[in-house]
Amino acid sequence: MQQIANWALNVATMRGASYADARIVSQRSRALTTKNGRVGSASDSESMGMSVRVLADGAWGFAASEDLSRPGVEASAARAVEIARASAQVKQQDVRLALEKGVTAEWTTPHAIDPFSIPVERNIALLLNVDSELRAVAGVTLAETNLNFNREEQWFVSSEGSDIHQTKYSAGAGYTAYVFAGNELQKRSYPNSYGGQWQNKGYELIEELKLIENARRIAEEAVALHHAEQCPEGVFDIILDSSQLGLQIHESIGHPIELDRVLGMEANFAGTSFLTLDKLRTLRYGSEMVNVVADARQEHGPGLGTFGFDDEGVPGQCTPIITNGLFTGYLSSRETAHTIGESRSGGTLRAEGWNRLPMIRMTNISLLPGEKPLTLEQLIASTDHGILMQTNRSWSIDDKRYNFQFGCEIGWEIKSGKRARMVKNPSYSGITTEFWSSLDAICSRDEWILWGTPNCGKGQPQQVMGTGHGAAPSRFRGIKVGSAYKGS
Amino acid sequence: MLTRDQARDIFDRIRKLSSADEVEVLFSGGKFALTRFANNTIHQNVAEENHTVSVRTVFGGRTARASTNRFDDDSLRRVVASSESLAKLQHPDPDLLPMPDSQEAEGTGASLVSTRPSPSRYFEQTAAITPQLRAEGVKKIVDVARRHKLTTAGIVSRAESVEGIFNSRGLSAWHTQTLAEISITMLATDSSGWQKANSPDVANLDPLVLAEAAAKKAIESANPQEIPAGKYTVILEPAAVLDIVGFMFWDYSGMAILDQRSFLTGRIGTQLFGENITIWDDVTHPLQTGSPFDGEGVRRQRLPLVENGVVKRVVYARATAERMKRSEHKDKVGPIAATGHGFALPNEMGEMACNIVFATPQNPQTVAAMIASTERGVLVTRLWYIREVDPFEKILTGMTRDGTFLVENGRVRGGVRNFRFNQSLIHMLSNVEAMSVPQRSCGEESFDMVAPAMKVCDFSFTEATKF
Repeated sequence: MQQIANWALNVATMRGASYADARIVSQRSRALTTKNGRVGSASDSESMGMSVRVLADGAWGFAASEDLSRPGVEASAARAVEIARASAQVKQQDVRLALEKGVTAEWTTPHAIDPFSIPVERNIALLLNVDSELRAVAGVTLAETNLNFNREEQWFVSSEGSDIHQTKYSAGAGYTAYVFAGNELQKRSYPNSYGGQWQNKGYELIEELKLIENARRIAEEAVALHHAEQCPEGVFDIILDSSQLGLQIHESIGHPIELDRVLGMEANFAGTSFLTLDKLRTLRYGSEMVNVVADARQEHGPGLGTFGFDDEGVPGQCTPIITNGLFTGYLSSRETAHTIGESRSGGTLRAEGWNRLPMIRMTNISLLPGEKPLTLEQLIASTDHGILMQTNRSWSIDDKRYNFQFGCEIGWEIKSGKRARMVKNPSYSGITTEFWSSLDAICSRDEWILWGTPNCGKGQPQQVMGTGHGAAPSRFRGIKVGSAYKGS
Repeated sequence: MLTRDQARDIFDRIRKLSSADEVEVLFSGGKFALTRFANNTIHQNVAEENHTVSVRTVFGGRTARASTNRFDDDSLRRVVASSESLAKLQHPDPDLLPMPDSQEAEGTGASLVSTRPSPSRYFEQTAAITPQLRAEGVKKIVDVARRHKLTTAGIVSRAESVEGIFNSRGLSAWHTQTLAEISITMLATDSSGWQKANSPDVANLDPLVLAEAAAKKAIESANPQEIPAGKYTVILEPAAVLDIVGFMFWDYSGMAILDQRSFLTGRIGTQLFGENITIWDDVTHPLQTGSPFDGEGVRRQRLPLVENGVVKRVVYARATAERMKRSEHKDKVGPIAATGHGFALPNEMGEMACNIVFATPQNPQTVAAMIASTERGVLVTRLWYIREVDPFEKILTGMTRDGTFLVENGRVRGGVRNFRFNQSLIHMLSNVEAMSVPQRSCGEESFDMVAPAMKVCDFSFTEATKF
């Protein structure tokens, strides 16, 4: 593969590129779903190709092709240079790349069981067992389950001497029970909504999730929601479970810290950010308890944002994002690092596949757990009146990442430290910095889970990327609840 | 780009490699290039060529699919083996139908619906757009931004794509298309404006017109004032209309009714929207794009989904139609027949109405006329980050973006801070006071459609943001 990549680098440099890198990527995925006792879909897919990214005349060009023959590869490289020269016609200044030493490296996602080694019939049997448990509960009208496995092998070679071979595995699984009755559709999902839990692991993740063991409880909760009262509207203390908090981190911390957004590069699609450069190390983002990191290292855990090297050859790193409530760091790349006075990239550039341009993506953006021992039950016991909300149902935030609104699948009204009653259709809304400033309790490490978000969209053409978010259940004081159902 | 003859050759090779009862091969892909600009600079500029072959095999009612983008003998052998081994592990699906032949796919049987030929959607002048031409287009847009002392961001792109299907019962269908697209955001200190357009024929796009319109919005929405959240008369430009209404068309599906996840469950045949709302699914409309056949090769039919506010029917894949005919819902869902809207099999979603065309209203009004007749309201350019709050009442939440204006006494009074809405689509489409002539529209929250601007009363804004 190195030889194929070198064909590209040679042509690019011969045609005048001042920098070039080539990525050859081989992707394999398996997706299995069931619906109401039947296999819904069963598919395998493979995709392989190469992209060439070049700087010529101080501007970027990028070309990708499925054709890995020598003429095909050299044509891609020549096309990339031609595109860069066209880019240079509309530029204000030359692209500057932060220095990065070329490295030769191998990296593979630590995994115990290759997910593709597990017989498909065993996977389908597991999903149908879950389905059977869900539909054993009277009232369930629709049961859906899913299993997903991915393997991505990449060879990265650059004109600065990098030669990195990296193989990443990820797995995901989950299910949802729907109950339609009267004029109402309610649902409950496990371990999370919209595809369940995802991590950079092998099949061992599926065994850890205890899918069957939780199915009946989840189905019973979906049925019970039809008898629950509407979540009250007003200002309440709220407790978010760790999966909902993971998405809250993703939307109201992860996206606004992307330096390309901050610099206006995403203004036409994903939007910009309220975190203008003057806010670095000056903005109080949250309460003193809020400590958030962007950590791509394996020691942080097997998140979807864990890797050895990013897609421009920079090692995975840990960047403090919020330190004791103070905003302290952005997600950066070699091109953008200098805008925040950094001499080196934060190592966050990733691409969806061989045919996409790498861009700044969240790694694992995690809220660190509380240092004092605190379980969810203890947190509930210390809450006089509030709403516990679990499992995301809807999410929305403005294009600068200020105003958000989230809905959850299920809520529990807490009175005098106890779960007093189940409530349906809970939602909350607020302004990002006001919300994080209201945080007054975070559960400790035992309750902390590194969640995977497999469907983060960004860029034009849009790319879908997996990101990681560690969180423990936390409490927020004085939050607006229930606007979602207020006026419609 | 892959040709039909090359695809047929690949299909023939795959057939020889397979021992399945039936074989179906889908082809997709093409050439795509996009120039992206921000801060008045081209900062990303990409080109891609890729084609995928996707093989579905059937053994005694069991089916599965495998895909690859490698067409050499070893890769084709592997993708066939993968599809076959996955298929053999399935339980037989009693609803799986034999693959359609050409006659069935063309809808020449007893059809309840109408067809007409799709216009050609491949234009050489779009396919011929070079990086140089894209850069020249960007330069024109940047020049407009500079003249108005604004900063611009956006894209200029071109695509050349193929979609094809062959099956072992002799069906073959092939579609080629081009698409040129321009999207522009103009940014001022505390405001922004946006425009987007696409067309198979690049001659229909004018970067200067779009850039000037986006710049005007950015300039006129400067110094936005905060007005309180509440119920307002809104004037939604066509992009905002498609952004929000697009969220309901997943529910115009026989499978969604069978699954009891559609908001139309129990509501087909009822007066759900205002009498001025009529909506077609019509891939043959001259302003539509896309292939004229579905994931099984069945020709897409032209259907009335909503007539004068009454939901008339939903769309069907072949198997869904047969299931519906046997279901408890069969007498409450209108006409039941395969309509050519199925996804590639196997899938769990069935089908979707995705060629949406709003009918021209009896007395169409321009946006300017809607503004002139509004005592107090809000003019909305586009919507953003829309998600479903309640699936049966079809309450959606989202934000306004890139050009939100206060209208008072028949005039635009300037920009306002962006709002969050929580709005039932059912109520919204029951409160439409005026519509423009529908036009080809595109946004970021939903698929392209032929949609009008709408003036809607009692639209629910629940919060305002900080800008």
